[in-house]
Amino acid sequence: MIPSLAEFLAIDLAAVVTACLCAATCAIVGSFLVLRRQALLGDSIAHSVLPGLAAAFLIVGSRGSVPMFIGALVAGIISTVLSEGLRRIARVESGAAMGVVFSTMFALGVLLMSLPRMRTVDLDADCVLNGVLETVVWTADTARGTRVPTTLADLLDPGVLAGAPQQLVTALVVFVVVGCVVLALYKELTLASFDGGLAAALGFPPWLLHTVLVVLAASASVASFEVVGSILVIAMLICPAASARMCTDRLTSQIAVAVLFSVLSVLSGYCAAAFGPGLVGFPGTTLSAAGMITVAAGLLLVAAILLAPVHGLLARSARTFRLGVTIAREDLLAMLYRVEESNPHQTLRRDQVIQGLGGGVVARSAIRSALSRGEIVPAGHGLTLTDPGRAAARALVRTHRLWESYLVHELGLRPDHVHRAAMDLEHHTTPAMVQDLASAVPSVTDDPHGRRIPDAGLEGSPARSARGNGPEPGR
Amino acid sequence: MLHRSAAPKTLADRPEHSPSSPLSVHDMTVAYQRRPVLWDVDFDAPARSLIAIVGPNGAGKSTLIKACLNLLPRASGTVEFFGRPYREARSLVGYVPQRESVDWDFPVSALDVAAMGRYGAIGWFGRVTRRHAEAAMEALRQVGMADLAGRQISQLSGGQQQRVFLARALAQDARLYFMDEPLAGVDAATEATIIEVLRSLRQAGKTVIVVHHDLSTVPQYFDHVLLLNTRVIAAGPVSGPESVFTSENLKRTYGGRLTLLDQAAEAVARARGG
Repeated sequence: MIPSLAEFLAIDLAAVVTACLCAATCAIVGSFLVLRRQALLGDSIAHSVLPGLAAAFLIVGSRGSVPMFIGALVAGIISTVLSEGLRRIARVESGAAMGVVFSTMFALGVLLMSLPRMRTVDLDADCVLNGVLETVVWTADTARGTRVPTTLADLLDPGVLAGAPQQLVTALVVFVVVGCVVLALYKELTLASFDGGLAAALGFPPWLLHTVLVVLAASASVASFEVVGSILVIAMLICPAASARMCTDRLTSQIAVAVLFSVLSVLSGYCAAAFGPGLVGFPGTTLSAAGMITVAAGLLLVAAILLAPVHGLLARSARTFRLGVTIAREDLLAMLYRVEESNPHQTLRRDQVIQGLGGGVVARSAIRSALSRGEIVPAGHGLTLTDPGRAAARALVRTHRLWESYLVHELGLRPDHVHRAAMDLEHHTTPAMVQDLASAVPSVTDDPHGRRIPDAGLEGSPARSARGNGPEPGR
Repeated sequence: MLHRSAAPKTLADRPEHSPSSPLSVHDMTVAYQRRPVLWDVDFDAPARSLIAIVGPNGAGKSTLIKACLNLLPRASGTVEFFGRPYREARSLVGYVPQRESVDWDFPVSALDVAAMGRYGAIGWFGRVTRRHAEAAMEALRQVGMADLAGRQISQLSGGQQQRVFLARALAQDARLYFMDEPLAGVDAATEATIIEVLRSLRQAGKTVIVVHHDLSTVPQYFDHVLLLNTRVIAAGPVSGPESVFTSENLKRTYGGRLTLLDQAAEAVARARGG
């Protein structure tokens, strides 16, 4: 059931905005953690802040944001120092050290929360693990003159804004602070993440920037902890950042895309949890919003892995397929050229061509591609080269035979060993390399098998080959 | 830890060290887990020269560079750059680490990496302004990488990545450069480009100290050589009457036999639980 605007503003708006702010904060910090291959650090901090929160409550006796925040921060820093110390002194790898420290810290937090004094508050294990996004609502308080928004115009009313839930205010403050710190230290954080040695040499101490990142991660964890819970916050730190990493190769756009993905997970996850069951016939039922948001973040990551434009699995297989078709098409042209060379009146039947190319979808696509590019035409029952096709084929065969000649004369391979290698090399040879080959071989007219090497010809620009798709020629 | 008398605070009053020398290392010892990796290193880099550091694996070549740049703690010793400690000479010293030391999948372009050389000059909180981006671009041009400036660094070949690292150091516009194996595993064209850049740096009055692994090219590329195997075996010109690049010295550098001193060090390390 879709709620009315007034209902949405009164009930859902605060939760959605708070969750968006938390998720965006996590996405910004998470982008750096993922790049530093320190995603586990976020996990570690998210768990470690629990005893800090409990201790802060025990000392202060209230659930105020500031003491909670300080407690969590101190706990986060203690756990980082402990893991680092454990790594150095016990000489274990950093993942193991973090794992030991954060699970111990978390256990300490669970112990603290089981104290009789703690039982009275709603800071219980459930809230810590799963978050209580549903309790983030606008409160109407006639004594303080605050009321709940019911129209869009209400959102500009100071009386309404004053009644904003405390979690929303915390989330907003943390988002702004984290955003400003990352903006101010963007260059320093990037350098320290990429090359700690140079950062140190230039006077930007990596340990200091690492500490900044720990503090940022702890802040994000604390802000998010009441909303999505300390377990699910890990997914918010990692999923959007990892999804964005699949989609772009620029750090700035990666952070922007991560923020976008995080907001998208919140919106889709929240709507699915709140209104989804009603839409599929279970009116009155809602699911855990925090759980659904995390599931949405996970699904977005899966989608990014499959569909991302450059690094996604689909894009990669499509590239591999296209490269295969290009190579098969070039082989096809060379095949027809060789047949023509031995007997100018002979053509090859389509099925012979497909068989010669190894069959399958790639071979058929190669024929279609060559036909549509006007490099071959059907002739009787067979296929024959057009003039542009013949020029391209001649260049390919020339490259092939120059390579054979080069491999025999320069590398001392036996003539019957070089055909296969030349078949591979001819598709990746630039015009400049062809010229170098021609000047390196003893004869530019005869190959090691006694066949004629075609000359470059007037229109003899070598066929557009797989260049640009494969790795650099220098590699 | 190795105990030794307190090193002097500055090297100005020591006659064997020239205050104008780009790099003066006095009595430097570096230890990993109590085991000395560099022992008693004394070295003065002559100005306006290309200097090769040569020695077997584990001789402490990279360690020497890192300890000079305060990237590793020194057990003892003093290092000065142009008569000043490193803290005060950062802007005068450029550093090209080993290529394997960073993650080349990092989402930055060749130009972004070259611009990192300007970060010291920009300082904390500053932005890469147009002027700095242009300096980075000029550095890429010098190493023949201007055409690939916008490319993400994982899409560069090994040699191209090494050139980007070199460009980053050039963008720093330092007076002394440390380069850790810049010629390791690069193609012939990159090697030629790098050597050309090194020579133009020397032409411009700069000093370059290079960890080098190919003994056969030392005389061709470098003026001075530092033969290192935990201790300085010899340091001086590569050619001429005072050449230290002799087969006798090379044998001492690469010879496998433990000296009495090494055996004593091992015994000390064992006794102290290293």
